Amino acid sequence: MRPAGRADTASLYFTYPQFAAPEGAARAGLARDVAVAIVGAGPVGMVAALTLAQQGIASVLIEAKDSFNDGSRAICIARQSYAILDSLGVVAPFLEKSLGWTTGRSFYRGRQILEFHMPDGPEEKFRPMYNLEQQFIEAYLWQAIEANPLIETRWQSRLEGIEIDEAGARLTVADPEGSYSFHADWVLAADGARSVVRSQLGLRLQGQNFEGRYVIADVQMDHDYPTIRRALFDPACRPGATVLIHRQPDNIWRIDYQLGDDEDPAEAVREEVVRDSVAAVLAEIGHTGPWELEWWSIYSANTLALDDYRKGPVIFIGDSAHIVPIFGVRGLNNGIADAHNIGWKLGHVLTGKAGAALIDSYTPERRGATLDVFANASKSARFMTPPTRGWQILRDAALGLALTHPFAGELANPRQMTPFTYAESPAVLPDDPGFAAGPAPGAAMIEARVGAGFLSDRLARGGFTLVCFDPALARAVEALPDAPAVACLPWPSAAADRLGAGQGAAYLVRPDLHVGARWPAATAETVRAALDTLCFREV
Amino acid sequence: MTQHEIEQVYEALAEGIDRAAPEAPELYLARVCLLLARELPSVEAALAAIAAAQTA
Ligand SMILES: Cc1cc2nc3c(=O)[nH]c(=O)nc-3n(C[C@H](O)[C@H](O)[C@H](O)COP(=O)(O)OP(=O)(O)OC[C@H]3O[C@@H](n4cnc5c(N)ncnc54)[C@H](O)[C@@H]3O)c2cc1C
Repeated sequence: MRPAGRADTASLYFTYPQFAAPEGAARAGLARDVAVAIVGAGPVGMVAALTLAQQGIASVLIEAKDSFNDGSRAICIARQSYAILDSLGVVAPFLEKSLGWTTGRSFYRGRQILEFHMPDGPEEKFRPMYNLEQQFIEAYLWQAIEANPLIETRWQSRLEGIEIDEAGARLTVADPEGSYSFHADWVLAADGARSVVRSQLGLRLQGQNFEGRYVIADVQMDHDYPTIRRALFDPACRPGATVLIHRQPDNIWRIDYQLGDDEDPAEAVREEVVRDSVAAVLAEIGHTGPWELEWWSIYSANTLALDDYRKGPVIFIGDSAHIVPIFGVRGLNNGIADAHNIGWKLGHVLTGKAGAALIDSYTPERRGATLDVFANASKSARFMTPPTRGWQILRDAALGLALTHPFAGELANPRQMTPFTYAESPAVLPDDPGFAAGPAPGAAMIEARVGAGFLSDRLARGGFTLVCFDPALARAVEALPDAPAVACLPWPSAAADRLGAGQGAAYLVRPDLHVGARWPAATAETVRAALDTLCFREV
Repeated sequence: MTQHEIEQVYEALAEGIDRAAPEAPELYLARVCLLLARELPSVEAALAAIAAAQTA
């Protein structure tokens, strides 16, 4: 919502582009059959389109709106998402604009009880977290999409119906000039929390709603505080409630404040009420200068997901598949990982590099990640908005003790974002017990310094990479038919130490930057066999 | 005790209070304290914790 008199897209810092529906000659091809249709050009649908394009697969992207999201919703992008954007070759504008951060501070009744630092260091290419308004996230993804001939975007085109048949699905779309249908072999449903694809196919999200509603308000002001996440517990401005404060680019500040059980949500989002609430928070953090209200919204903490992220040729990615509480800042990050995961898998299947069974590993991997998010986010949610008397008493006791006992303050540490490990996946090989360090199969590949750059710079974009240390092994693998990319690193080296690797060791890294297999002593033959298994090739 | 174990205790107590309801939480928590005190090596340790909790 925006202040009275301002249109939905009248932002203080962002100029919304206006996209036309397909017109003229472009309409002739609307009803043709396509290999992949993506419903929804939110951030997740766009990452999916870019990932498929990197695999050489064309897609048609259908979007109901004529522009980007009306306000900044997701603002925290995690390190692993930047690694994905980097691997897609689109991270540069994000790095340029966003504010990286590592530190959070928690306060109880005005006194600081915790300062936490997320893991970071010179061996990391990206900071643990970046703040960037969602409009810019979408605008930067769009820049890449617009320039990509493999992606056809249809704006102002709303999916109205979908029917699964033997060969895929038939989609019915309405745009300002009329209605038409077309056939797609595969459909990626990226149409958000209120997914039409999901309801049309009779599927429902399962899970629970947590107590605790938040108003989310963005304000523009000159406010002198570093990019540090602040959490205020039981502050004077909202007794009993929790307030979060984040800095964003363009002097925009995100203020999230919890509503009390007795507060009526309809009343709470009235402009005057929002203004008074924000003013009280600003007074508490010592901001005395002017400020302008940009946008606000209301949010409640849910943990909801589909039981299966796939129904035949239709695959759900992002908010259409799961809704996660805001506290872990996982919503968007989780969706980006979904899109990247299915993108390389579908791409490998459609280009004949992998068997169709590879697609079946999508739900266990990504639904597993969502359940992990739920576990962590539920923990945060219980701390931020205690659901029962018992949680409330313990939370308040911990906050009280935290003033004098740091261990109790640690209970307020949100421990945001470590990428999920696909331990139980069919697209990951069992670990070899010969390693004392380094990421196990299923985990995200770690970062390390290599020469003047980083290990991730050496990984193939969109393909498998063998990371090894023995030049003879590297040559033997490069000579294989359908050889993966090979990154032969110096040994001994800091990277080898971090990977727990002797000179004969090797890691096979999947296109999504997760480890698929590793060996203390690899041969070209074991690598070839592993690739066959991980790609479900019929041999 | 590790931070993870502290978290386990935190969660068990929160759930314990809810399970004890409608009994007043202080009764349940007082029983927990007495049982925990029996596990401590000395009365001084118990009295020190009791005093430390007062100031918070
Ligand atoms: C207030 C708020 C704050 C948030 N903060 C964070 C945060 O800090 N960090 C984080 O990671 N996440 C956050 N999230 C969650 C995050 O915004 C979402 O997870 C993210 O936008 C999901 O992206 P998506 O592409 O799956 O869905 P969406 O962004 O919802 O995109 C779906 C797209 O599909 C289009 N669409 C819908 N139906 C149709 C149809 N029938 N036909 C064609 N197109 C259609 C829509 O127009 C839209 O463009 C927040 C969410 C909210 C509401």
